[in-house]
Amino acid sequence: MIINSRFFNRSELIGFVALAALLFVILPLSLDVFRLNLVAKYLTYAFVGIGLVLCWGYGGILSLGQGVFFGLGGYCMAMFLKLEASSVENTKIQSTPGIPDFMDWNQITSLPLFWQPFHSLTLTILAIILVPGLFALIIGTAMFKRRVGGTYFAIITQAVAAILTILIVGQQGYTGGINGMTDLRTLKGWDIRPDHAKVMLYFFEVFLLFGCILLAQFIRLTKLGRILVAMREQEDRVRFSGYSVANFKIFAFCMAAIFAAIGGAMFALNVGFMSPSFVGIVPSIEMVIYTAVGGRMSIFGAVWGSLLVNVAKTGLSESFPQLWLFGLGGLFIAVVLAFPNGLSGIWADYVQPRIDRLLTWRKPKPAKAWTDGSVADGAPAE
Amino acid sequence: MFGDYSIGDLGSIFVMQGFAGLILFSVYVLMALGLAIIFGQMGVINMAHGEFMILGAYVTWLTSSAFQHYLPALFPGYFFLAMVLAFIASGALGMLVEWGLIRHLYKRPLDTLLATWGLSLILQQTYRSVFGAREVGVELPQWMLGSKQITDTIEVPINGIFVMCLTVMITVAVAWIMYKSRWGRQVRAVVQNRIMAGAVGINTEKVDRYTFGLGCGIAGVAGSAFTMIGSTGPTSGQLYIVDTFLVVVFGGAASLIGTIASAFSISQTQSTLEFFMSGSMAKVLTLLAIVGILMLRPQGLFALKVRK
Repeated sequence: MIINSRFFNRSELIGFVALAALLFVILPLSLDVFRLNLVAKYLTYAFVGIGLVLCWGYGGILSLGQGVFFGLGGYCMAMFLKLEASSVENTKIQSTPGIPDFMDWNQITSLPLFWQPFHSLTLTILAIILVPGLFALIIGTAMFKRRVGGTYFAIITQAVAAILTILIVGQQGYTGGINGMTDLRTLKGWDIRPDHAKVMLYFFEVFLLFGCILLAQFIRLTKLGRILVAMREQEDRVRFSGYSVANFKIFAFCMAAIFAAIGGAMFALNVGFMSPSFVGIVPSIEMVIYTAVGGRMSIFGAVWGSLLVNVAKTGLSESFPQLWLFGLGGLFIAVVLAFPNGLSGIWADYVQPRIDRLLTWRKPKPAKAWTDGSVADGAPAE
Repeated sequence: MFGDYSIGDLGSIFVMQGFAGLILFSVYVLMALGLAIIFGQMGVINMAHGEFMILGAYVTWLTSSAFQHYLPALFPGYFFLAMVLAFIASGALGMLVEWGLIRHLYKRPLDTLLATWGLSLILQQTYRSVFGAREVGVELPQWMLGSKQITDTIEVPINGIFVMCLTVMITVAVAWIMYKSRWGRQVRAVVQNRIMAGAVGINTEKVDRYTFGLGCGIAGVAGSAFTMIGSTGPTSGQLYIVDTFLVVVFGGAASLIGTIASAFSISQTQSTLEFFMSGSMAKVLTLLAIVGILMLRPQGLFALKVRK
């Protein structure tokens, strides 16, 4: 099925190695644990970004509700951690010991049925994948089978994000309300709060992230990825060729949802809480921005975008809280107007050719290097 | 749920909640009219629409403060001047935005969404820097205060009646502009076939700019009306933007009647439900119903039959 004979072409390989070196070696060695934990938080958005590259960049489906899936994954994880943190010994001062503290505050006396599966870690991990996946399947089937797409789809996903946020905030007794689920302590008895645990979690997350990158790259290179691109460019032609456009869209949307959910689960683990402020419309659109800045066509770009925008956000809002929104808004407009392919587009257009020229200049036979290099590698990095 | 109330009480509840719903309906219609013109006619998703509305609200607030200071004698009538100023301010900003931003993005409708979202962030922060983060409320003139007693159990606030009359007048004016005036005909021609409209001598770029300006100007008037019933803060606009988009999509974009019908049904459902359950659940149920219906009928309530 794989059309390209090599998994990565040369420039992608360089990108992969550079990212791996940065995340596995440079950042852990150079940052203290607090900053490393911040990077872990930023990288949770990279999961969402990779999903958006598949679904938006390749499939052309702009979802403004990725926060929903991020939140579902995060809440599944947080529910497990919360249940473990509210064991009978830990909560004996409550009127009903053994249930999460916010339930006790809201006069709920027994654990609701939908919380029961989250006693088990296996079921929780399954839920992190399946709940958002199924939810995306339902939305996707309902929308794409009826050929709803483009702007309509974007607005409806936004409405779904609004609904879920209002529901979480409103049902305080079952979800923790606006404060979310706080005070998460242990994972199977292993304390997630001390420094060494944070470092372990960081590495675990980076491993998962690279797993997702490889999976996304694999999808991109198979025939499926080609069909996604074809669909974005000429949907009708793909349909007339006998492919079921709706099914491919549903698949891309579900993959994006699952990636986002993994990111959400890692968020709950790394940051130690989950709240509706990461579910609603505003965070969902911000996640799209990270991807747009990094480059909607580039898997690595999504990771870089999530990292850089968040670093800028933290830096600016620490020192100039007034300026942050101006900066973010301006960045948005600039990226859309001037650089639709984001940072990776700038890289491919301006930096990559210079590097190539430098490399060919060093080689003794320029003509041969030309055929070895860019042409044999197929299309330049997108 | 109905057990504790007598028939007469229930009647009054429905009337009063229905009236509260009508005020919500007015805000929805005013916001959705501008959006229906911009989204329905031009296909541009303007996420900054709420901020254009808030601009109108701030202009109204400034006008009312100015009248209080310098022309207290004319204060009862400040609202009419404020409305005109709000229309001009929002419309002018809208035309500027169209010239600087939107016209480069007509071929990429999804990107207008992102760019205008960036614009809305900038505008919000501008309001926060200029007017402060606290919400401001205008002082209503004497004749708008109080409420009108209709029967023993039913009373309706006067400012609500005023806002509703305003809504009706603006809607009629917009309908006239879009369907009867020469300019409205040009707008519809450009929507249906841009190239042909250009070929018969319509300046399509100019039509685009004025259409966008008109939509934003109506949002400004909506903001002006909004000050009658609520206070204004830098992020008030964002609260309404998704609802308003749903109103437009639910009604079937490009259909004025559809927009009004959907604003009516959504606001009435929500305000009636609000009486019997918590506000958040009422909102969730309403939105769920809209999304559910849109999944069954993606083209909205009143869709124009066009050949694609």
